[in-house]
Formats: sequence, structure tokens, C-alpha cells
Amino acid sequence: MLEGGGALRVEDLSVSFPPRKVLDRVSFTLAAGAFCGLIGSNGSGKTTLLRSLLGFVKPESGRLILPGAIGYVPQKIQFDADLPMRARDLVALGLDGNRLGLPLPSRRRRAAVDEMLEAVNATDFADQRIGNLSGGQQQRVMIAHALIRKPKLLLLDEPLANLDIRAVAEIVFLVRQICSTHGITVLVSAHDMNPLMGAMDQIVYLVHGRAASGRTADVVQTEVLSALYGYHIDVIRVHGRVLVIAAGAADEWPAKLDAHPAHVAAIP
Amino acid sequence: MSWIFAEGFFTSAPVQTALLVGGGAAVVSAVAGVFTIIRGQSFAGHALADVSSAGGSAAFLFGINPLLGFLSMAVLSALVMEGFGAKRAAERDLLTGIVLGAGLGLTALLLYFDVSARGTAGAAIAVMFGSMFAIAPGIVPLALGIGLGALVVIGLLYRPLLLCALNPDIAAIRGVKVRLVGLAYLLVLSLAVTLSAMTIGAILSTALLIGPAAAALRLARRPGVAIALAVLIGLGACWGGILLAYDSYDWTPGHGWPVSFFIVSLIFLAYLATGLAAPRRAPAGG
Repeated sequence: MLEGGGALRVEDLSVSFPPRKVLDRVSFTLAAGAFCGLIGSNGSGKTTLLRSLLGFVKPESGRLILPGAIGYVPQKIQFDADLPMRARDLVALGLDGNRLGLPLPSRRRRAAVDEMLEAVNATDFADQRIGNLSGGQQQRVMIAHALIRKPKLLLLDEPLANLDIRAVAEIVFLVRQICSTHGITVLVSAHDMNPLMGAMDQIVYLVHGRAASGRTADVVQTEVLSALYGYHIDVIRVHGRVLVIAAGAADEWPAKLDAHPAHVAAIP
Repeated sequence: MSWIFAEGFFTSAPVQTALLVGGGAAVVSAVAGVFTIIRGQSFAGHALADVSSAGGSAAFLFGINPLLGFLSMAVLSALVMEGFGAKRAAERDLLTGIVLGAGLGLTALLLYFDVSARGTAGAAIAVMFGSMFAIAPGIVPLALGIGLGALVVIGLLYRPLLLCALNPDIAAIRGVKVRLVGLAYLLVLSLAVTLSAMTIGAILSTALLIGPAAAALRLARRPGVAIALAVLIGLGACWGGILLAYDSYDWTPGHGWPVSFFIVSLIFLAYLATGLAAPRRAPAGG
């Protein structure tokens, strides 16, 4: 694992959990400050790819070149309503949670936390228990927690899962805005690409551990996705949006449709 | 004030020892209890306390310092529980249950020998339910030293413990040695339950560990406040229990009621009271 100058490069990354090959020679490059969707259905290898980037999974082969420090938002954490932690406490843990000793009151620490809470529009509920916040509010706080150390790369594992439509739109807008402003490279995993379409600079589309990557419009195409799936895929434009469905599925919905949301996409 | 503090309460040597050791146990248990609940290790805390009874029983049998008996068994159990390296919560609980069963089996054997070979019929009651007024004064320095050591370690690990409880992956990314923190915490927990087992007995020590912390968590929004409240509740229940037990000699002349009963009853009442005082909350993430 190397550190690159702002860009993220994944070269021929393969990961196996015998007998299964979870990632098969996955390669892509994200420019510094790019916003990229990591799209795939459950079991496609999204989490394994993220965990490889985090250093938790040892690749069988391949090379990773990271842009520097990584911020990470894991899959939804179930916060207990009785957890004695305010939103601002959780963000502060992102700043110095690895240090030994009790946290001493510090103006600089408080200012850094306040600034990050404001950046994610969480000031109004900064003093509420994290367990009492809505899913969207908790996700904003987790993003602030991940960003407070000003990482070069932000990894978000299914951050939109279980959120309502409005919260999804807010989170996508927020991450896009923060990362554009601060030049942070973002990789967001999702099984449904629809909410990310307007925000993505790039897409990494994973199917059974194999990836296609590039500009969204270049990847979400019949030829590219058919090659990836290993059978014919139709990319259909409906009302200005794009649906990705298995060939012939429209006649026999849902029997033939590979109906997971990952395979139904819309491009504005 | 004599109707509250019966005559001789403050001058009685056993009471003074009980106040010191019990108070120390209450403080350490309350602090450790908050992290135990946050980390989802209540079952581990209960198991360590119960298994420490084997050490207490062995101490009676071989005539060694009971504090060292409880302590050695609790620490050994903590090392075994962590040594297997269970990662998933279900796997961890399973392992804890197995260690708990094995430890209680050993306790049964040692208590049998206590009764049959040494004739110490009261050993079972003392080990399982405590005998606070019978604590030897010589134990006080060691007990307070153990308590202080546990508090220092918790103070050092305060932030990494919270970060690990939040998400171990995030903690690992930030350079926290998650496994080492887990082991250190389990050892601290074994110190806490050793002290409480010495005071209110191995079986009831869970009450001192979990009760005050659980009551405090209903009210506090911050970890530091939760710890402070838990200490107040634990200390209040412990000292209040000692006082009531001492007073109870006048209720049924010649026979005082067990201290443990009063302590766990006060903790239970505190838990109920904080439930009434705590604001109603919407389900998390809703």
C-alpha cells in the first residue's frame, strides 16, 4: 500500500476468501477531489473493496496507491437511545479519540468540533444524544466525525441505506459540496445508484467481484454492462432516465429481471 | 440524628472498614459499569464476578487472602475469555457462558471441600453474598490500591474505549490497538468485580457493576456526567446499605440484616427512580 499525490489508484486488486474470489483484478483510478460511486448488489464485493483500502483485508494480489489519510463512515451503526454521547462528543472523538487520557477542555478543540458540525448542518442538534437523532442526522454526524481530521480520501459504506428520500438527497448534496470545497476524494458504496447520479464524477460498477469504471455515462451502457454481467443487459432511457435491466425482462417482469436496485439505474 | 445513625456507627472498626472497602468498590464498579454497558459487556462482567467465586472459595479452603483469591480467578477468567479471540458478539457470549459454567463448577467443588474438609459452613454465604462487616482491616490498603489502579487505567483508556465502543473499525483506522484495549478493559473489569465480590458477594456484585451505571445512563447525555452520576448512585447505595444494615441490629435485636440486601435494594430503587425522572425518548434512528 503506497501513498499517492491526491489520487486513489487501485491496480489489479484481487481478494479471495477461499473458495470464493471476491474481487477479481479490479482496477480504477480516482482523481484528487473526485466523487465516485461504488455500485453493486449485495455480495458484489463493495465492502471487501472498501476494507482492502482501509487495510483490514489483505489482497491476494494487486496494488493500492492511497492519497493519504482516510476518513471512514461505516455501515449504519445502531446507536442505543441510552448511549450517553451527544452529537458533538462523537465528532470530538473523531479528532482525538485515539489519544490516551481524559479529554481536557480546550477552546481549539471546541472550535474545531463546532466548525465541523456547522459544515454538515448539525449545529441545531449538536447537544442532543446521538441515539435520539434521525437516521439522516446520525449520518451527518458520522460524516463530520470522519472529516474532522481533514482526510484526503473519504470512504462511505452504504451511507444512504435505510434513509428516507429527503435525507438521501441531503446527504448526497452535503458530501458532494464538502468534498468539492475541500478537494477530498470520495468513494461512496451503494446498491442503488439513482440517488448518486447527479453527483458522481465517476462510477465503479461491481458485478461478482469484477469492475467497470469510468465516467457514469461511459460505464452505464449496454455493451459495457453486458460484458461485465456475462449476458446481455439493456440500458433503457425512460422519461429522461436510464434503466439497466436484463434483456427481455420487460416482457416477463419480474421473473427475468435482475431486479435488484443496483441494476435499475437512472441517469438524468 | 441517632434515629439515622445508630450509636457507635462511626466508631465501629468493622463499619469503618466496610465504608472504605465498600466505597472503593462502589466507585470502581460504577466507573467500570458505564463502559461495560456502553461496550455491551454486561454478561462478561456478570460472568467474571461469578467465576471469581472459585477464587474466593479457594481462599477459604487454603486460608489465603480472600481478595487475592477473588482477584486471581477473575483475572485468569478474563485472560481466557480474551485469549480465544472471539470477534463476533454471539461468539463472545458463547465463550463467556462456557467460562462461566466451568468457573461455577469449580466453585461448587471448592465450596464442597470448604464444608467437608475445613468445616467452614459459612463460606458459601460469604463468597456468594458477601460479609461486609467481616472484612479484615488488613485488606484495606490492597483493596484501595487495586481500585486506584483500575481507575487510572480507565482514565488512560477513556477515549480509546469510547472510540472502540463506537466502532472498532474506526478505532483501528485511527491507530487504536483494539484487541489490546479490549484485553486491558477486561482486566480492569476483573479488578472491579473482585472488589465488589469482596463486599457484596460474587453473585450480587453484578448489581453494583451494572445497576448504578444503568440508572445513570437514563439521565446523562455525556459520558463524563454518566460516570459521575453512577459513582454518586453506587456510593449512596453502598454507604446507605451499610448504614441500614447497622441500624437493623435494633430492628431485630441481636441479628442484623445482610448488607448486600440493602445495597441491591437501594440500587434497584435508584434504577426505578431514574426511569421516572428520565425523559421519554423516541426510538433510536427513527
